[in-house]
Amino acid sequence: MLALSELETIIGVEVHARLLTRTKLFCRCGTQPSAPNTRVCPVCAGLPGALPSLNEAAVAMGVRAGLALGCTINATSRFDRKSYFYPDLPKGFQCTQYAVPLCERGRLELEASARDGAASRRSVGIRRIHLEEDAAKSVHEAASGRSLIDFNRAGAPLIEIVSEPDLRSSSEASAYLRALRSALMFIGVNDGNLEDGSFRCDVNVSVRPRGSDALGARCELKNINSFRFVARAIEVESRKQREALSRGERVRQCTKQYNAERDDTVVLREKGEAEDYRYFAEPDLPPLVLPEGMIARERARVGELPWDKRARYQRDCGVSLESADTLVEHPALARYFERSIALGATPVRAANFIVNELRREVRYSGVEASFPIDEARLVELLALVDEGALSLKLAKDVYRRMVSDRVNASAVIDALGLSVIDDDARIEAVCVGVIRDNPRQADSFRAGKKGILGFLVGAVMKATDGRASPEKVNATLIRLLER
Amino acid sequence: MDLARRVRRGELSAVSLARQSLATIDALDGASNARGSGLGALLTVDAEGALAAASTVDRALARARDEGVTERALEARYPLAGLVVGVKDAFCTRGLRTTCGSKMLERYVPPYDAHAVSRLREAGAVIVGKCNMDEFAMGSSTENSAYFAAKNPWDPSRVPGGSSGGSAVAVAASLCHVALGSDTGGSVRQPAALTGVVGFKPSYGRISRYGLVAFASSLDVVGPIASCVRDAELVYAALAGRDRRDATSLDRPVERADFSRSDRALAGARIGVAREYFDAVSAEVRATVLAALEACERAGAVLVELSMPHTRYALAAYCVLAAAECSANLARFDGIRFGASRATGFGREVARRILLGTYVLSAGHKEQHYERALRARTLVARDFDRAFEGDARVDVIATPTTPTVAWSLGDRIADPLAMYESDICTLPASLAGVPAISVRCGVVREQDRPLPVGLQLAGPRFADARLLEIALAIEQNLAEFVG
Repeated sequence: MLALSELETIIGVEVHARLLTRTKLFCRCGTQPSAPNTRVCPVCAGLPGALPSLNEAAVAMGVRAGLALGCTINATSRFDRKSYFYPDLPKGFQCTQYAVPLCERGRLELEASARDGAASRRSVGIRRIHLEEDAAKSVHEAASGRSLIDFNRAGAPLIEIVSEPDLRSSSEASAYLRALRSALMFIGVNDGNLEDGSFRCDVNVSVRPRGSDALGARCELKNINSFRFVARAIEVESRKQREALSRGERVRQCTKQYNAERDDTVVLREKGEAEDYRYFAEPDLPPLVLPEGMIARERARVGELPWDKRARYQRDCGVSLESADTLVEHPALARYFERSIALGATPVRAANFIVNELRREVRYSGVEASFPIDEARLVELLALVDEGALSLKLAKDVYRRMVSDRVNASAVIDALGLSVIDDDARIEAVCVGVIRDNPRQADSFRAGKKGILGFLVGAVMKATDGRASPEKVNATLIRLLER
Repeated sequence: MDLARRVRRGELSAVSLARQSLATIDALDGASNARGSGLGALLTVDAEGALAAASTVDRALARARDEGVTERALEARYPLAGLVVGVKDAFCTRGLRTTCGSKMLERYVPPYDAHAVSRLREAGAVIVGKCNMDEFAMGSSTENSAYFAAKNPWDPSRVPGGSSGGSAVAVAASLCHVALGSDTGGSVRQPAALTGVVGFKPSYGRISRYGLVAFASSLDVVGPIASCVRDAELVYAALAGRDRRDATSLDRPVERADFSRSDRALAGARIGVAREYFDAVSAEVRATVLAALEACERAGAVLVELSMPHTRYALAAYCVLAAAECSANLARFDGIRFGASRATGFGREVARRILLGTYVLSAGHKEQHYERALRARTLVARDFDRAFEGDARVDVIATPTTPTVAWSLGDRIADPLAMYESDICTLPASLAGVPAISVRCGVVREQDRPLPVGLQLAGPRFADARLLEIALAIEQNLAEFVG
């Protein structure tokens, strides 16, 4: 029997990421979303006699992903057939890379982050990245009880990214997944969409006595379609395994599914039922020998990775870790931030405004995004704050109107007469009135209770509809009270 | 071929050739007498399609002649003008039923043409129908056809060999001028030998397999069956070359055979004679082949005695590898998409090989069977390398094509091993991927009927042209001798 505290959770993650190529992995059918079964040919439908021919663009993207994750790129890799029967697998086998993957032995460094709650930095090993074809999509019609198959997805190019079992908590796992997703989006190989299955996560969870080197029997949690559910599934599964072990029971290797409604993990199949995939080298494809120059070309395409950007935002722009972390969640957001700075915005102010205000209205579509206002208008607005012409609070109101009326900042200000009260005489008059109306608070300030000033400032701001410059109000009140 | 030249010149119409062929088919092979006296060479006769294609060829040629296109240009464009071709039913033909000899595909009409089929059409050939075959090309007698057995025109109580038996019979009985077959372990050469015609298996990767229903992908080769070496070469040249849709087809220029000096081609030619091939053949076949080789020697060829010690592993290696690959290739016939259920759709031999292939790839057996067979294949291939490159340095290796002449229908159908053994002479070249051709080298009389004996010549990989030159020289040299 083991006490719960003597146990640690070991987590490894497998991600299937759909590559953003124009055509499928082994044929020329397009990958763009379209009506069911309209992007199908003899190859991806698995018709007799059809043969695969490899899409070099997918190989290039796989190499790029490997380089971004610090992998060794195998100059020669190969494809294997993985045999199993399923209605959505047209050939009865999947063409994948088993014996020799495209990329091996990489690494992803997780920064300790307040939001993810990861306690400390952790380096997560990437065991391998390999290319494979997607299966078709089964659609189960509840009403008719029929199962329909959409072959548009059959043969879509995937990379599978397999981590080492280096993760120790649900928050680390979700931090890893976020970092991985963002990296793949930054290098332009995946659109990071979990809902439509472009980025799919399988999680292996096991529990072992702390300090042990051996891995316990693991449970594989299949196809979880949100990071929140990944974290929940790990927590639930880890708790179940810990409790089983502490009761002296054994954990049995199995495949499970996380049921979000019941917040529980449910067994799909036990290990005894594990399939034998009968892998063997794909005879229809010669060994994959990378074309001359591809690695160098792809290295140049990797660009600045999100974790490097995050560090730069903190180091060079003084942005907080939390804000920087948010800005690099999506390449379009980072791009927006960087363009704003290029147009003259104060980095910290821009970062805060983007993270706290603007981010909520960004509409993402794959690696692209549409923003509520363009960078130039944001910069114009924030410049007014910097100049003291607009308080931050007012700036937020102006921003709302800019979004709803699709106009620029000065138009809003003119329309509403919202400019900041900068007239010293007017501010002083209001402050005098506030001190007169709140004698008790004024007295306690004079008696040394300086914290009461905030109350008086608030009263002035209220009286001016928030249009007075807070710095000026502060100074004026202190001057009047200490007189 | 003279016929094609006369069609190009307008001296003979493609339509008349097609009519002639259809009339012969009707007389000798008609569907009504396929179960009785017919030869059973064709599974589907496409009279309408053939006549339409022939008339298209005639019109195109007439137009070209009117436009003053030179005869040379016409020959380059329409090398097979008007030639009537029977196509093994393993090749997909757009809009024309393609059964692969199986009930599984009884009603299957492919939406596309196999690469070899489109090349035939483009070259001006007229496809008259689809030739009978052993189901999914698994068999050596065409008795495994799910429809009816084909019969040997030399003696209709005997088998024509297989699996391209229908194609061989069609040429031997002049139902068509040339035929298309596929050769995995001898399926073109062996039936050609047993029916006294020429069967050529080019180097692996020389002709695209796209659209050939796969049996064992690493062994399947498209090959012509013809009544003489020249015709075989003509068809080969029209089909060979790189096809992007078959990743195993090779990107190197196709050399044409130079037949202009065929009378002197044997002078000094080094012909390897490997004793291992003669050990396992009948005394009559051995004597016939050796007599033919002596005739070659008299014509100036140098006979070089060889040992190819790994020949005896070829059958076992082939059985394991072909079964393994077929178990995956046929997985798509899962009872959901195509015709029948597996229980009723597959014949005994096909089921046997799928089971065997599944077994040899299974965890715990793969190393002992599949991996060992791969190593044996390498050794068999090395035997060929040594013969072509080592001290022996032979131009071709001459062997009997089959251990015996055609046997009686039904004789071996209950004994799979006896059936497999009829391919022992052809399997090694398949495993090695080298080109090999069977030409008639004599006859053996059995029960007072002459039965043809095939001489197999194998050359170094990609030396297809040289192999054909020597084959033609031997064919001409033997013409008198054979009588």
